[in-house]
Amino acid sequence: MSVEGRTTETPADEPSARTWTGKSRQWLLRRLPPEKLLPDDQPSYVASWIYVFGIGAIASFVFVILSGIVLSLNGPLWYHVSVLGHFVNSTHLWSVELFFITMVIHLWGKYWMAAWRGGRALTWITGVVSFAVSIVAAFTGYLLQTNFDSQWIAFQAKDALNAVGIGAWFNVADLGQIFMWHITLMPLAVAAVVVLHVILVRMHGVVPPLDAAESDAQLRSTTPSLIDTEGDAR
Amino acid sequence: MSGAFASAVNAVSPGIYLGWGGFVIQLGNLIVIIAMLVLFALALFLPFPHGRRRR
Repeated sequence: MSVEGRTTETPADEPSARTWTGKSRQWLLRRLPPEKLLPDDQPSYVASWIYVFGIGAIASFVFVILSGIVLSLNGPLWYHVSVLGHFVNSTHLWSVELFFITMVIHLWGKYWMAAWRGGRALTWITGVVSFAVSIVAAFTGYLLQTNFDSQWIAFQAKDALNAVGIGAWFNVADLGQIFMWHITLMPLAVAAVVVLHVILVRMHGVVPPLDAAESDAQLRSTTPSLIDTEGDAR
Repeated sequence: MSGAFASAVNAVSPGIYLGWGGFVIQLGNLIVIIAMLVLFALALFLPFPHGRRRR
């Protein structure tokens, strides 16, 4: 075994696999052992409200998906004319608002923590990608309000999309196409990136605050000066 | 049905806009941004409840 998160050896009691399935299992277990995937505890610095907004975004996303499933099963006529439809439609909107609010505060917190430190660049990048993909998902949602607001947004957006040359392929005036983007492709894309982001957080651990850098095994392994300047790393 | 259509049309109101010079923002968006800044500040300064002992 070597530094946390960078183990390279096969467990002693398991011979090296010869098949691709066995090699995949061993690779996955080396990179993400069960105790990292579902840990018993977190470092003491995680007991802070600033670490809550990531899971807040995921909880909001669950509500977005659940309310979206109800909306898609019943259709626009239902959510435009019935009282319950209005309620579920509003639940969908406000869970999206909470999703973006918590995600952006999570982004602010991680930015000021320099969360890409200690070999966590890919975690940071998947967070940025999930933000970008979520914006596209929300945009297609605004196009599906099927009211004057969505009509206005679509006919402003078509000029921008035509100007960059993708208007014929991604046609915001085509309600059926945008519906498919919004209820199939975009939720799958957001979910896939968010799952990857969470797996990377589990693999590398949550980033410590700047003044607790020496307490992190990955930071010690990627920043030798921490040990030189701090003496015996805690 | 016509009542529902009328309420749907009325729901699309232009909203309240605030402007300072060339800067214009809808009141709802401004409230959301201020709420985010307040939440961020509170998250930095409010103590976190400790349900059990941590390492």
